[in-house]
Amino acid sequence: MAEREITYREAILTALQEEMRRDPKTLIMGEDIAESGGPFKTTLGLVDEFGPARVRDTPIAETGFVGAALGLALTGWRPIVEIMFADFLGVCFDQIVNGIAKHRLMSGGRVKVPVTIRAIGGAGLRFAAQHSQTAESWMLSVPGLKIVCPSSPAEAYSMLKGAIRDDNPVLVLEHKALLSSKGPVPVGSDDAAMPTGPRILRPGKHVTIVATLAMVGRALEAADLLAADGIEAEVMDLRVLRPFDASAVAESVRKTNRLVLVEEQVAAGGWSASVVADVVTEAFDYLDAPPIRVTLPDYPLPYSPPLEDEAIPSPTRIADAARKLMRDTGRG
Amino acid sequence: MKKPAKAAKPATARGKAAPKAARARRNDAAPALTDADRVGLFQTMIAIREFEEQVQLSYLEGLVHGTTHLCNGQEAVAAGVCKALRDDDYVTYTYRGHGHCLARGMDIEAAFAELFGRETGVCGGFGGSMHLTDMERGLIGAFGIVGAGLPVAVGAGLSAQLAAREQVSVCFFGDGATNIGAFHEAMNMAQVWKLPVVFVCENNLYGEFSHISHTTPYEDLVTRAAGYAMENVKVDGNDVEAVYEAAAVAVARARGGGGPTFIECKTYRHRGHSRTDPAKYRHPDELAAWMKRDPIPVYRARLVKRGVITDRKADAIVAKAREASKAAAARAAAAAWPATGRDMAALTFA
Repeated sequence: MAEREITYREAILTALQEEMRRDPKTLIMGEDIAESGGPFKTTLGLVDEFGPARVRDTPIAETGFVGAALGLALTGWRPIVEIMFADFLGVCFDQIVNGIAKHRLMSGGRVKVPVTIRAIGGAGLRFAAQHSQTAESWMLSVPGLKIVCPSSPAEAYSMLKGAIRDDNPVLVLEHKALLSSKGPVPVGSDDAAMPTGPRILRPGKHVTIVATLAMVGRALEAADLLAADGIEAEVMDLRVLRPFDASAVAESVRKTNRLVLVEEQVAAGGWSASVVADVVTEAFDYLDAPPIRVTLPDYPLPYSPPLEDEAIPSPTRIADAARKLMRDTGRG
Repeated sequence: MKKPAKAAKPATARGKAAPKAARARRNDAAPALTDADRVGLFQTMIAIREFEEQVQLSYLEGLVHGTTHLCNGQEAVAAGVCKALRDDDYVTYTYRGHGHCLARGMDIEAAFAELFGRETGVCGGFGGSMHLTDMERGLIGAFGIVGAGLPVAVGAGLSAQLAAREQVSVCFFGDGATNIGAFHEAMNMAQVWKLPVVFVCENNLYGEFSHISHTTPYEDLVTRAAGYAMENVKVDGNDVEAVYEAAAVAVARARGGGGPTFIECKTYRHRGHSRTDPAKYRHPDELAAWMKRDPIPVYRARLVKRGVITDRKADAIVAKAREASKAAAARAAAAAWPATGRDMAALTFA
């Protein structure tokens, strides 16, 4: 093991390489992932090392190859599938929701379904409405599925390794705006434990800010803005959408008494609504003001740069929400 | 064996030529059936018929919950195809899957108990009539969503190809499934990767309540397979030996690396789509004509005529199967309900 400064993209590739070396029953399928190394180059060179049987280009047929992953998993393999754009999860929704997620319980717990689904989503790259969704909330209400959201190279590395080793279906929602971001990664690590809950990235005592994926970085930028005003924000990366545990957020709120949630999705049905519900249940008396959810507006994401930028929660919008909470509680 | 019309040269990944076996290997002769095999086929069909008749009775008694989909009339497909399989082959099937499970040897008491939602069910009461799974018999999944099992069968076929143990993945589905996207994606993938998959289409003329002429541009669904340059054959799905022979050829091709086959079995569903469907949309003449072609009496008459079986022996087989189903259902009905209040996390996640 050696800690190296690598990109999010390299972290994904390294995790795939290490786990495919470790377990000969792993294989990866997806569109253009073999010889061309994937549209986002997260599988570059894998086919040279592992061959076309285990690194497999598929037809453009998500229902077909995601369903095939279930058949492989039921017969002793540990398949990994890449969904080129998370938006395409909609194309294979049935195979994931009615097949992969349910097969184990419907069998009375007699089968295992070790499928890893990697889906690269997210806005900020001017890909317009059909290629920019994080799809975080789409499968939030599907029991039998684990969902993780890596916000940094280290998280991308460890979550993917953990997902591949997990005996259950895991949806890893990666973010394309983070692919070139750099950070320290414990390359060669054998510690591949799946995260169980949120992580505090920056401690603070005045307001808790919870975010996922690319919004984590923006929340940290917002914390810098707030620090200039003397407001100490505690920034949490939610990390795990399923199985869902908001108790760490409630614990933070017991200290800060204020809660802002930042989600790169529309408000309706988003994870931040679930976090708020749980925090209200667990720590109602500690909240000095109603939590604020900073989300995408309720329309499909526009293409033009100023229009896309307007829609995505910015550090300023996040900081403004925190300042409002401070004012509303007589501390602004 | 009908060849695909103008079969295009199959393309494969990385620009390599398709395996020669794909087109060269032809084995049109199925292993010949012995008289003991024939009696076995008859017994399998009877076991399925008597099981389904008992399910109907149990349903009326309130023992089967929700709904159930009976396969009366289609027994020859399950019996004939499964006869051509090995124990380590993989099978996917549908909500109308009791027959396939029984043909693979599922314990009937465990099957009844599953339909009754009991602890002793083959899935502990978690799956029910539409989701009988039994990994020990290669019964890897019953799919309640039309067409959903086909991509899964492709995955099992890929698994078999990678393992190189000459296993085969067989996928049962109805005519209705040939209109959904999953069917087309699965057919295409199986053909382009030359997978050992046998697609068995039980064309019973009705997709749920709708006649095939209302939903599909033609009634011969082998046309679909030709569109994927896939080997295909149309058989009388009510003739158990014809089904067996077609399946044996397809299975041999798959085991030998010759790729997938699409078998269209022309058959008929004696009852409605599910237990709430009286199937009044069918013309009485159509029903009467097909009832005359009921695969069980037709085969019985043939075996008696050939001297393979006597009427007395046939009657004894029926009586024994009826008694076995009745007794198994009674034991299943006496079994305990699954315990409630359990920690379900361990069942949901491994």
